[in-house]
Amino acid sequence: MHTRPHPFLIGFACLVFFFLLAPLVIIIGASVSDTTFLTFPPQGLTLHWYENIFEVSAFKRTMVTSFILAVTGTSLSLIVGIPAAYALNRYRVQLPSFLSTVFVLPILVPEIVLGFSLMKTVTTAMGFPIFVSLVIGHALLVLPYCVRVVSAALASFDFSIEEAAVSLGCPRWKAFFIIVLPNVRAGVIAAFILALITSINDVSISLFLTGPGISTLPIQLLAHMEQFFDPTIASVSVLLMLVTVGVMAVVELTLGLTFLTK
Amino acid sequence: MTFRQPGWLLVLPATLAVAMFLGIPVFDTFSTTFTDSTGFLSNYEKFFTSRFRRAVLWRTTEIALITMIASLLIGFATAYVVSRAPKKLKSLLIIIAVFPLLTGVVVRSFAWLVILGKNGILNQILLSVGVIAEPLSMLYTEGAVIVAMVYLFVPLMILTIVGVLEGIPEDLLQASASLGATPFATFWQVVFPLAMPGLIVGAVLVFTGSFTSYATPQLLGGEQQMMMGTFLRQRAMVTFDWTGASTIAAIMTVVTIIIVLAMGRVARRLNPAAV
Repeated sequence: MHTRPHPFLIGFACLVFFFLLAPLVIIIGASVSDTTFLTFPPQGLTLHWYENIFEVSAFKRTMVTSFILAVTGTSLSLIVGIPAAYALNRYRVQLPSFLSTVFVLPILVPEIVLGFSLMKTVTTAMGFPIFVSLVIGHALLVLPYCVRVVSAALASFDFSIEEAAVSLGCPRWKAFFIIVLPNVRAGVIAAFILALITSINDVSISLFLTGPGISTLPIQLLAHMEQFFDPTIASVSVLLMLVTVGVMAVVELTLGLTFLTK
Repeated sequence: MTFRQPGWLLVLPATLAVAMFLGIPVFDTFSTTFTDSTGFLSNYEKFFTSRFRRAVLWRTTEIALITMIASLLIGFATAYVVSRAPKKLKSLLIIIAVFPLLTGVVVRSFAWLVILGKNGILNQILLSVGVIAEPLSMLYTEGAVIVAMVYLFVPLMILTIVGVLEGIPEDLLQASASLGATPFATFWQVVFPLAMPGLIVGAVLVFTGSFTSYATPQLLGGEQQMMMGTFLRQRAMVTFDWTGASTIAAIMTVVTIIIVLAMGRVARRLNPAAV
């Protein structure tokens, strides 16, 4: 039935998967090493470096900033993204086709270019506070994901259910909230969580928008790595991997991880 | 069907946000590069006559190309095996590929700092085996950047290609085999052409992603292996040469857009039915 790939290919794929996981295992090992420098295999076992995360105030602070920023940026992005995705699916015939391209634009412009341009225009020329500029940058960064994932969920939604509600006298806005939204809930949750992790991991946009006193976790990590080389970085990395595990669990429960191969 | 035009109203906020916070700032970046007092294109002249800047652009292109080709080869072979795997194993393999993809670029580049450093794992292994007598300096080389970039992009390539391979009906492969094609011929004459659109999408994502990357070249390449992204940051935040930085930004954007459009055209030519 199934044509099996050549054994050589199977061996090669095994190597690739080893290559994908090994570096991450090394970080986990290095994070529990009882040494003041990064090493693998770990020498001794300690959780000291995890305690240290919360003693280094810069990590504590930027972790909170990154989280608030991700939630705010993603929520804003969904607030404008969901109506857009809805309209693009519902009024497909009436809207000019270039509109769907508008929301892909943040992909065409390299993130680092967007970050730099926002710094010049929004922070410097328009004088927006640093945190507001960061929120704007992150909301733009995740907008394409939000529109795409919610669109994918809406694509399999049968709009005649909504029509039925409306023709039975339900106001249009109410039909959206009680009929459409609950039906694409999985898509919205998946979009939220994928956008959240994209925002938390972002470097290229935050790079220009962080300023005195306000930084994000990845930017702080980069700065820390250039000065120190202790296992605290490894333990923060492990913490971030745990966030990834949480994100994957949510995506699996909503759209299923195979959604990511589409 | 048509009431008023609610469709327009609903896309308006998002469109305005993109126009205001992407359109205007990026347009501004572009326009400042053309306002030099010595001439319309003199900023670009400055860029392309500087040996150092040309070297940065060339290095960036070279690293992005090598990363793209390596990720294509590794990704395709792996994706092929994944797509042929039994259902349960396939899900597990997809989970393993998604995990690094969702883990941040800083964390993933940091891992290679630990592996390739002077006292890193690779040096320790090579020393203990006796292949080398003294630790090698592997960091801050082009090779280090490429290895880390390939590591960064292989999962993306695997997932993109698995998506296309999954769409190829099993019947086609059986038909090919029953008509006497060897597995090798089936692969090259049936699977490969049908997978082409996925390969092209993956190639575009990887090329543009590595061409515009920042964290990886910053950590593993440093000053010695400056790429467009790290160069842009250095111009903007260290030397405060915003016009120079804008010129770099414009070149990066133009290259990205050209690659995306060109690959789209190639994809349409190769497989007119897929669009």
